[in-house]
Amino acid sequence: MKPGVKFALGAAVIVGAITLLMIEGVKQTGTYFLTPTQLVEKSAADPTLHDVGLKVAASVVKGSISRDPSVQRVDFTISDGTNSFPVTYTGMVPDTFTDENDIEVVIEGKFGNDGVFVATDVIAKCGSRYEAVWDEQVAAS
Amino acid sequence: MTLLGHFALWAAFLIGVWSAGLAFFARWQDRPELSLAIRRGSYAVCAALLVASAALWKGLFSHDFNIEYVAAYTSRNLPEYYLVTAFWAGQKGSLLFWAVVLGIFGALAQALTSNRFKDLLPYVAGVTNITAAFFIAVMLFGEGANPFERLSFTPADGRGLNPQLQNPGMIAHPPTLYLGYISLAVPFAFAIAALMARRLDAGWIIAMRKWALASWIFLSIGITIGMWWAYLELGWGGVWAWDPVENASLLPWLTLTAFLHSVMIQEKRGMLKRWNMGLIIGTFLLTIFGTFITRSGVIASVHSFTQSSVGYFFLGFLLVTAILSFTLLYTRWPDLEPEAELESLASREAAFLFNNLALVGIAFSVMWGTLFPIISEAVRGTKITVGPPFFNKVNIPLGLFLLLLTGIGPLIAWRKASAANLQRQFIVPTVTGLVTTVALLLAGLRDGWALAALGISGFVVGTIGQEFWRGVRARHVMHDESIPVALVRLMGRNRRRYGGYIVHVGIVLYFVAFTGLAFRTKAEVDLVPGQSTTIASPFGWTYELTHLGISQYSALNRQVSAATLEVKRDGVRIGTIKSEKRQHVDSFGNRLFEPSTEVGLRSDLREDLYVVYGGSPDGTERSHFVLQVNPLVAWFWIGGAVLVLGGMLTMWPGGPQVKTKRRAPVQAGYEATLTGMPS
Repeated sequence: MKPGVKFALGAAVIVGAITLLMIEGVKQTGTYFLTPTQLVEKSAADPTLHDVGLKVAASVVKGSISRDPSVQRVDFTISDGTNSFPVTYTGMVPDTFTDENDIEVVIEGKFGNDGVFVATDVIAKCGSRYEAVWDEQVAAS
Repeated sequence: MTLLGHFALWAAFLIGVWSAGLAFFARWQDRPELSLAIRRGSYAVCAALLVASAALWKGLFSHDFNIEYVAAYTSRNLPEYYLVTAFWAGQKGSLLFWAVVLGIFGALAQALTSNRFKDLLPYVAGVTNITAAFFIAVMLFGEGANPFERLSFTPADGRGLNPQLQNPGMIAHPPTLYLGYISLAVPFAFAIAALMARRLDAGWIIAMRKWALASWIFLSIGITIGMWWAYLELGWGGVWAWDPVENASLLPWLTLTAFLHSVMIQEKRGMLKRWNMGLIIGTFLLTIFGTFITRSGVIASVHSFTQSSVGYFFLGFLLVTAILSFTLLYTRWPDLEPEAELESLASREAAFLFNNLALVGIAFSVMWGTLFPIISEAVRGTKITVGPPFFNKVNIPLGLFLLLLTGIGPLIAWRKASAANLQRQFIVPTVTGLVTTVALLLAGLRDGWALAALGISGFVVGTIGQEFWRGVRARHVMHDESIPVALVRLMGRNRRRYGGYIVHVGIVLYFVAFTGLAFRTKAEVDLVPGQSTTIASPFGWTYELTHLGISQYSALNRQVSAATLEVKRDGVRIGTIKSEKRQHVDSFGNRLFEPSTEVGLRSDLREDLYVVYGGSPDGTERSHFVLQVNPLVAWFWIGGAVLVLGGMLTMWPGGPQVKTKRRAPVQAGYEATLTGMPS
């Protein structure tokens, strides 16, 4: 066998291994990234969705945040305007995670059968009031 | 000053487009006498962009808050050195930074390249100038992308610099990464020039080799400092999150690393000519792709600039450049016939080929994972993301395979290695690797991946040690030099080879540090002053931490709440550790930005004790802490330094071989005829 052919075989093995690792990787670690409406619709059609990890991007409903500092727990409701559902999370959230701010969140966790989303991770993008003030000034000028 | 800035941008843009157009016109009409004019275009673009940059810095330093960019990224109480870095803190300024550095590099490429390659230089000027012109076009025609825009009113104070950017790491991280990205335009320009001029020997590789090495060094520094910044500022105690923007900086590093290895095969054997062209074009395109990802907001990331339409300029540029470059490559395909074939799988060439395959494979999987949300949405209508587990699952095995090749490559001869050669070369490294593994097993390490990573690291260190030892011993015996002298001269006379080995040592240290992160310990606690908690180190001892209280004070441009903890290791007091919550304010005391956290850190060569103060509820001193013990983190920074030193050694100018060649004895009588001839 020519060395070039041998190399091609070795290369094929490596490329195959990479492809396999990638397919397996996506299968095992891929997470749905949904809006609340998509989640409500999909989980109604397919109840197994309640058992897998999900990510949801939405905004926090103002006035819905309640904190229990003694156990570092925070409960809130998220919405995309059409659908909303409650979320519970134990862990640290930014100081600005309050009802005064407009908060966009990406939450990760499981959507329980009782309709409560149990988050294992909350990434909050607080629509900064400082930037908002700035934008108003610039817009008004 | 903004008028001057505007004017300078337009001047640079027009000269850039003109000189690029002229370069192609000169080729088409065969007018070589135009080449000097084209090359001078590079200097003119550089000069105009320097004027524009000076205008922006003038605005920043004079606190001219009527300029939108100055007001948006600085404030009166911002320390002066951050006025320098505010230049590239925002979208607009970083575009100008990019353009001006490209202008400087373009001019340097003209000035520093040997006259041997003068046929290539007009095209190099054409490519660097049109690229600079593109960046200027984004500023001039992009929506809200011009750094010289003025406001219709003048705010009393600016909005200040994002606190996460007020960190020594951030002074150096973006510019080094940009320098790496930008300097890649020069090797790309040489590749295109070689294709245009049909000068397809290894000449273009020699002409741009140092540029490629410099890019690689800058990218390495930028990525390492980025990891350091993430570790200190993002507060999650990790160095690499597989965030899209991080991945975007890794992609060109991977393909450039592949390129630096595969060009050696072209220089030595005349193989892989097409592959090398493709790699360098691809690497340049990846830098543009990275810029697109960072600025368009198509993929959510913690590092990115705000979303804007500017991203689509980059997408357009990416597509046009890709189509033009690969079409050009296709038209020159027959000229890039390889001069030799692979003779054996047991050869240096084959090891390099597998190295290239692994590096490009890693790059492909990283890109796939990064783009997966977009791909899955397009194909299946639902967005699916993949996180760190995907990247780790794919890249740990591939990374270890690559590490193994780092140890194997230098042991195998070019062309074809004999069985005797293989045996002679492999014994020491294999034994070193096995001894390392067994020693770790005896020490109690049971994690399979960690054992593999450290065992292979031992193998690579064995290879490098053997190479150094053989070289030193040969000099010691043949030239009767003492061991240290022999070592210095050995490295001095074979800079590429031994510099490369030192880079490999740096890579090994990275792998060791990554392995350490698998053993981190973590705890979250609430403490009132006086209360204590403990956390175990993976090395076996226990830390006891006691909350000493909260202090609040105002500093230069911020209000600080600092929590201090006393640290005892196995009962012995070793000091205190402090973590802060910071609220930045402007010079009138108005709050700016969200509160930020300053991590508390005690670092040594074995492990870091890492403390994040999570705040106290409602005026009490009861505090929430996240505690971590992160083993071997210091080796990332040491590995980075070793890597960079090795890289610098490979490209250090001059070298004895060159000198001896120049001073080769010339027979009397011949000298007169030889001088003045092209060498």
